[in-house]
Amino acid sequence: MTKPLSREEATEFVQSALRGFATDDELSALPPDENLRDALELDSMDFQTFVERLSTGLDRRIDEDDYGRLLTLRSAADFLTAQG
Amino acid sequence: MPSNSNRQRFPNLPTSSRRLAGRWPEMAEFLMPALGADMTEGTVLEWLVRPGDTVRKGDVVAVVDTAKAAIEVECFTTGTVGELLVPVGTKVPVGTPLAMIDGTSPRTPSAKTPPPQGSPPAAGEPRPAAGGHSQPRRPGIPATIRLADPPARVFAAREGVDLTRLHGTGRDGRITHADVAHALAAPARTTTERARVSPYARRLAHELDVDLTMLAPETPGGAIHARHVRSAAGPATAPGHVPEQRRAQDPAAMRQAIAALMARAKREIPHYYLSSTIDLDPVMTWLREHNRRVPVTERILPAAALLKATALAAVRVPELNGHWVDGGFRPGDAVHLGVAVALRGGGLVAPAILDAAKLSLPETMAELRAVVARARSGSLRSADLTAGTLTVTNLGDNGAESVHGVIYPPQVALVGFGAITHRPWAVDGMLGIRPLVTATLAADHRASDGATGSRLLTTIATLLRHPEEL
Repeated sequence: MTKPLSREEATEFVQSALRGFATDDELSALPPDENLRDALELDSMDFQTFVERLSTGLDRRIDEDDYGRLLTLRSAADFLTAQG
Repeated sequence: MPSNSNRQRFPNLPTSSRRLAGRWPEMAEFLMPALGADMTEGTVLEWLVRPGDTVRKGDVVAVVDTAKAAIEVECFTTGTVGELLVPVGTKVPVGTPLAMIDGTSPRTPSAKTPPPQGSPPAAGEPRPAAGGHSQPRRPGIPATIRLADPPARVFAAREGVDLTRLHGTGRDGRITHADVAHALAAPARTTTERARVSPYARRLAHELDVDLTMLAPETPGGAIHARHVRSAAGPATAPGHVPEQRRAQDPAAMRQAIAALMARAKREIPHYYLSSTIDLDPVMTWLREHNRRVPVTERILPAAALLKATALAAVRVPELNGHWVDGGFRPGDAVHLGVAVALRGGGLVAPAILDAAKLSLPETMAELRAVVARARSGSLRSADLTAGTLTVTNLGDNGAESVHGVIYPPQVALVGFGAITHRPWAVDGMLGIRPLVTATLAADHRASDGATGSRLLTTIATLLRHPEEL
């Protein structure tokens, strides 16, 4: 873990990791508690790509056991701001 | 240069090339390829070469528009581009000569081609035999990129990283996985101005009036593809800017293409169907352990194991791997596994993983990601749509429990996997909860019978009991 993220940065980072799965407008309109996989129709490969972008971008390992904490914008931001 | 009037037409020629032996011993014609059983004509969207350019076998030379997608078509030979016979925007039947390729030209690389280390396997190459560089390359790996380890190339292709812009830190300047990862992690936006834009995306941007300098690639160092341009143009493009060239992935046209192909399949192929429930507990346990050990980017999804098991099973049951042509079954030379990929805008394509039975599980995973990425970014290669000898449709974990699919002509079988779900299952005389998948087979009764089909499903199930051997 490098420097801690602010909540705003974390949310922004999650949204940027979702780019390509929906338009930017759709992403910014996404409700914080919406299930990302349902809302954006992410298959397991898409979700894996999303996790990799988070992990690579933050230089932080994310285990499969943590995938359940990345299911909404809010919970993902919670996860990223928490000390891992 | 021969004149057009002497040239015969071969409208149904299945391959994309014809050697003109005899009269022009070293001239070859580059033909409009048949990119799938449903294609009768295609439009040249873009030429990526000009007369006089040196091309190598496998280089992408043109982008061809079919009803389903804009396809990058590769050159079949090495030589010099002669006359371009069909201008951009022209629709011609399959088999029409598109360009002349002169094979007599010196094969020394021109300024546009990569340095001599490119010739496989170069002297002093540190790991010559590993992946077999001299074999036909796999789709998704640009022919001009050779100074990269195969896994790094696959990784780069997946993430849209332009290898030509990377500095290799490996032995002999090879680009390593770490180099690609480093490029990915580089700060965003600084690369916007230099971002690589696919030629088709550039054209689309012009048509949709999208300012390319306003677009950032998805990943630092990544490329801007057509879908980014479409995305920037917005779902409902401003009035007055009705795009005329969106037919490449026009949902209506794709629907029509799928309709024609599937109707043909159901009209011509007497399907029979089998299904079998498989306990994936060994696979899931093995993958969980594997994924705990490796870096995040090397994790393997269950889909890769299902594909690998299917490819190996097809080797053991060759009666289901190949094509039904001219009233008879023609076995495939290898297992080229088509993977049905659902597109975000609707529709479906089934690009192929070449020689899938020879890939390790991590390689299968990387190839799977590469074909899905190519399908969804609209950058399919010609081999993607023609090479498949058996197709797999995998509904994924959001899907239904089972699928009884329609065979993709001229193939003779289609394997389907439903969602992996936890269900009650008898284990050693006790009731347990296990991750189960329903595997199905749709097969062509002209080419095989139920006993053969059964053998394929049983073999897949057996292979999945021993994931460590996949």
